[in-house]
Amino acid sequence: MHTFRIGGIHPKENKLSAGKTIIRAEIPPQVVISLSNHTGAPAKAVVEKGDTVRVGQIIGEANGFISANVHSSVSGKVSKIDSQPDVSGRKQLAVFIDVEGDEWLETIDRSPDIISQCNFTKEEILAKIKNAGIVGLGGATFPAHVKLSPPPDKKANILIINGVECEPYLTCDHALMLCHADEILIGVTIIMKVLDVKRAVIGIENNKKDVIAHLSKLAKNYQGIEIQALKTKYPQGGEKQLIDAVIRRQVPSGKLPIEVGAVVQNVATVFAIYQAVQKNKPLFERVMTITGKDAQNPGNYLVRIGVNLSAIVAQAGGIPETTEKIIAGGPMMGRAVASLDTPAVKGSAGILFINNEQAQRKEAANCIRCSKCVNACPMGLEPYLLMTQSENSLWDKMETNHVMDCMECGCCSYVCPSNRPILDYVRYGKTTVGGIIRGRK
Amino acid sequence: MTKLIISPSPHIHSGDSIQKNMFGVLIALAPALLMGFLFFGVGAILTTLTAIISCVLFEYLIQKFLLKGKTSITDGSAIVTGTLLAMNLPSIIPLWMVVIGSLVAIGVGKMTFGGLGNNPFNPALVGRVFMLISFPVAMTTWSLPGTFPALDAQSGATPLALAKFSDSITEMMHTNNFSILNFGIGYMGGSFGEVSAFALLLGFAFLLFRKIISWHIPVSIFATVFVFSGLLHWGDVAAPFFDLFAGGLMLGAIFMASDFATSPMSHFGQIIYGVGIGIITILIRNFGSYPEGVSFAILIMNAFTPLINTYVKPKRFGKS
Repeated sequence: MHTFRIGGIHPKENKLSAGKTIIRAEIPPQVVISLSNHTGAPAKAVVEKGDTVRVGQIIGEANGFISANVHSSVSGKVSKIDSQPDVSGRKQLAVFIDVEGDEWLETIDRSPDIISQCNFTKEEILAKIKNAGIVGLGGATFPAHVKLSPPPDKKANILIINGVECEPYLTCDHALMLCHADEILIGVTIIMKVLDVKRAVIGIENNKKDVIAHLSKLAKNYQGIEIQALKTKYPQGGEKQLIDAVIRRQVPSGKLPIEVGAVVQNVATVFAIYQAVQKNKPLFERVMTITGKDAQNPGNYLVRIGVNLSAIVAQAGGIPETTEKIIAGGPMMGRAVASLDTPAVKGSAGILFINNEQAQRKEAANCIRCSKCVNACPMGLEPYLLMTQSENSLWDKMETNHVMDCMECGCCSYVCPSNRPILDYVRYGKTTVGGIIRGRK
Repeated sequence: MTKLIISPSPHIHSGDSIQKNMFGVLIALAPALLMGFLFFGVGAILTTLTAIISCVLFEYLIQKFLLKGKTSITDGSAIVTGTLLAMNLPSIIPLWMVVIGSLVAIGVGKMTFGGLGNNPFNPALVGRVFMLISFPVAMTTWSLPGTFPALDAQSGATPLALAKFSDSITEMMHTNNFSILNFGIGYMGGSFGEVSAFALLLGFAFLLFRKIISWHIPVSIFATVFVFSGLLHWGDVAAPFFDLFAGGLMLGAIFMASDFATSPMSHFGQIIYGVGIGIITILIRNFGSYPEGVSFAILIMNAFTPLINTYVKPKRFGKS
């Protein structure tokens, strides 16, 4: 069974909510929709205080090439446009809406029918994706229409769909693939049309055997789509790792996947593209996993963007007593939050409660040079060395040792028997070196 | 839930620790140690106990009273050093020499450089080589395995010493009634921990299974020794097998050369290092004044480790 060829780890999967169906989360009386729901420039607000909006109505317009539209996820009245701290605590401009009823735009097809016929041209599809404000839902939230428009001199020859979900605990993509397999497959054919490629591969880790079986059966009805089971290994969901696992080609340092003829999209993004193109539905809701070892009711919830995270958590049984750390996202790359009083964004894949046993780090000891971090690094770097260089502010050495290749997957810190905070230092060095490189231009 | 903890990712840890690695090494050493006890009797047990207690005690005293810092004796690394040092000694060596060897191993080999992980040379080998130079007679008065199980051992020459003065190893083995099988079990003269190749290989399998070390260093040493010895003794069919099974090669390759702190970090670097050890060992065994060369070979290659780490990098992603 294929997997990527350098490094990697296999943490305990802890997929507590695996195979559970998707529950529709309730809508609270107020939502706060950030205008920075994506990578790139914040959207420009196109509504004002006092405006009434409906579900799916545009409230923020893409502002620049790398930016995305933002839509209302509820119907009601705009109460204010003000700054609101995001998950990391940074203040972002957001639209506050008081919810009244649940009135959707008539243009959105709310019927349960699955529409497989797609007669739009490539340009029409791209415009629909752009208008619907679709961003990469795997975590990077990069605007999808930009990713699907490779430079004219580069041609994609394969579309790779990321159904890996290699982070422990998270199961939202798993649930989506089980519940909306046909829609995802139609979405894949739509993207294949945009990119003009004949072949698409959906990569799924072998710990999701039910999905692999289900999708493999359905995929026979679609031309050019293959389902590939991959050996369970973190960080296979990393774009470069997934490409290596599927087509055995490694994207060179600092280059994009198109360099090896590949375009990668996450399954959740594919589903959103299906809804945008076939159902006229903008991206205003997504599936999130609420989980944790002591969580009352780990599950997958369909959440409107802008709903306060604590409101979603309350529906899932509240915060467990033992919680000492709350993570937005998965345990390997997610962010520890200071408060759940912050709205859901397009990139929110899950909320994880870490209990008192695992919340605190153990004391760090000397590096014993066991080389476990070197063997675990999926980019083939030397984390122990980068850490020492970062401690000693040797930025030029860090640059020659390719710190910019680091994708902060955390394998090094995870395996370190001395509990050294390797990634903390490498990340710090990477930020500094990145600043120095930008300063040269 | 009182206050939430904020820290950068990752938020989970493998649970691996220095202790787990060190005690893993001790478990892997256990079969060879037990075979040593069986063949060489009480002397072997006393030597082991003396070395372990001295190493742990010296580490504690140095950290507590000289460095006035935290002590780290619970991490198990001093126990590993003591065990390895003992296994590299003749079972009939006077115990006071073992104490001095332990002091050099821990004091000079390890603590002067900043403790675990910072030492450029394998501490147990530093202790052993110091003893070999300071107490040449005691360190080369080898015990022969006694009747099974032994209470006391007799002294005599090791197979490697005999080989040094023989033209043909095949013939030497024949005249002395040696067989590779006996070598494998450990029925031969030598340091008491190095004799049982099968027990050491069992330990190697355990280390690989628990992913404490990778195969690169031991296997590259074995392969180099086998090939180089075969080429050097062309036609002498027993020679490559003899060189693999005799003396401290197995113990050195599996447990001493693969020491974390003193071996290269990248797989390719580890292979270069292993090949170097293999070549130097055979050169010393054939052309040096000592019958055995594994300790020196490892120490010499230890000195090259920083150089190897600087120039041999792991295979980077996306670099063809």
